[in-house]
Amino acid sequence: MASQSRPQPPLGYLYFPGCSLKGTGVAYDESLVTLFGLLGLPLEELPDWNCCGATSYMAIGEETAFVLAARNLAIAQRLGALELVAPCSACYLVLRKTVDYSYRYPEVRRQIEEAMARAGLPFPNAVRVRHPLEVLFNDVGEARIAATVKRRWSGGRVACYYGCQAVRPYAEVDDTYGPTRMDELLAAAGIPTIDYPVKTQCCGGSLTGTIATVGKELNCILLKEAERKGAEAIVTICPLCQFNLDVHQAEIRDRTGATFDMPILLLPQILGWVLGGERRALGLHRAISGRRLLAQWLGAPAERDAYA
Amino acid sequence: MERQVRYQRESEPGWTRTIVARPGCERLMSCVQCGTCSGTCPLSLYMDFTPRRIIALVREGFRRDVLSSQTIWLCASCYACAAHCPQDIHITDVMFTLKREAIHQRLFPTRFPIPVLAQEFYRMVRRRGRISEFWVVLRLVLRTNPSALFSMARAGVTLMRRGRLSIGRKRVRNIDELHRALSGSREVM
Repeated sequence: MASQSRPQPPLGYLYFPGCSLKGTGVAYDESLVTLFGLLGLPLEELPDWNCCGATSYMAIGEETAFVLAARNLAIAQRLGALELVAPCSACYLVLRKTVDYSYRYPEVRRQIEEAMARAGLPFPNAVRVRHPLEVLFNDVGEARIAATVKRRWSGGRVACYYGCQAVRPYAEVDDTYGPTRMDELLAAAGIPTIDYPVKTQCCGGSLTGTIATVGKELNCILLKEAERKGAEAIVTICPLCQFNLDVHQAEIRDRTGATFDMPILLLPQILGWVLGGERRALGLHRAISGRRLLAQWLGAPAERDAYA
Repeated sequence: MERQVRYQRESEPGWTRTIVARPGCERLMSCVQCGTCSGTCPLSLYMDFTPRRIIALVREGFRRDVLSSQTIWLCASCYACAAHCPQDIHITDVMFTLKREAIHQRLFPTRFPIPVLAQEFYRMVRRRGRISEFWVVLRLVLRTNPSALFSMARAGVTLMRRGRLSIGRKRVRNIDELHRALSGSREVM
């Protein structure tokens, strides 16, 4: 292939949204783009990306599951990108696992090589898979976050909920057993957090939609623990965790007599807010639970305090 | 009265070997039955066989018991077991392998929602390259429990009002490229 006709590699971060961020998780897409804009970091969407397969495809597709994910890595590599940022924890894990397993298992490597050759794509051996939490922590850093804050957080204390697939089995995004990076970033931004021991316990994932009672039980535990520990909101990094904790609170209240109505925020939403982002640009209008509290905290425009 | 104990003649050690040979399952025979996996699994409370027991059953080759269990479908793939296993067994990968086996051997209850979701998800991705959450859930509900549509309608309307329910059918533009990559496997849709 003629090297002089190769397009310019992307200037900033190449970003894999995944199916959820274009559907129920659209607020994550909006807030991530807004937050990176506020930090002056270019973010470009991977062109013509396909579904990563998440957990459902992997449950059926033996030979093709890694190939499916690999096409995205191959597109990134063909663009000259060395990194791909995946906000959805499931997407992050599938892509990261594909890279790992293509090294560890000759069988997987062979499947990907043959599939990419059929499709006319390069074998993706040079793309590093990253997550926004780790990008914010390592590339931006707490000091820069603190220096970019525009608004004092006037809301309540929050519980940082990491979920499972971003921190297990790979510990590159944060520590598997005791992650703290989200807490540290929020602390740098002036947002108080609580001690939340269940911060990596599974929310139930897609089980909430299939075996509803079991899924809701898991969600109830997370919400009640947050409330018990003094949090008024939960901040998360996975769109499915956000969805589960957000959408089922009304039913959990009906069934258990619980009284919480907690805003479930995504990390870029809360960070983006204190860094001066606008409510709609951060997808904050899309919340289902905790709207009253959010309206109070985000305030009418005239009442917003500037960070002194 | 049903016999509660399995005889050795009913075990299939050949099957065990095929499981252990899959990527991720190679350390399965190192299990010491410590039960840490069952202890950390948030779903173990609801399972017919806990993770520890599933590993034991796989090792002994009791294929039908394993593949007909609800356990493999209740696994949420949270990797807590794999992260804590003192023998570094990739238990989650074992569970994925067992899910695939159960589907290929058609050993799951027909209207059990989780394998149905997996099938609808898989088919949509193979055809279009992307998932439309609305259509996957709709197909799942129609296949497993159509009357649930009424109770779900309210949640659906709320999501729609917040702009979080995308009805459009998404598709990868260069779908031929994806299909060429996915072809050449013997997977059945």
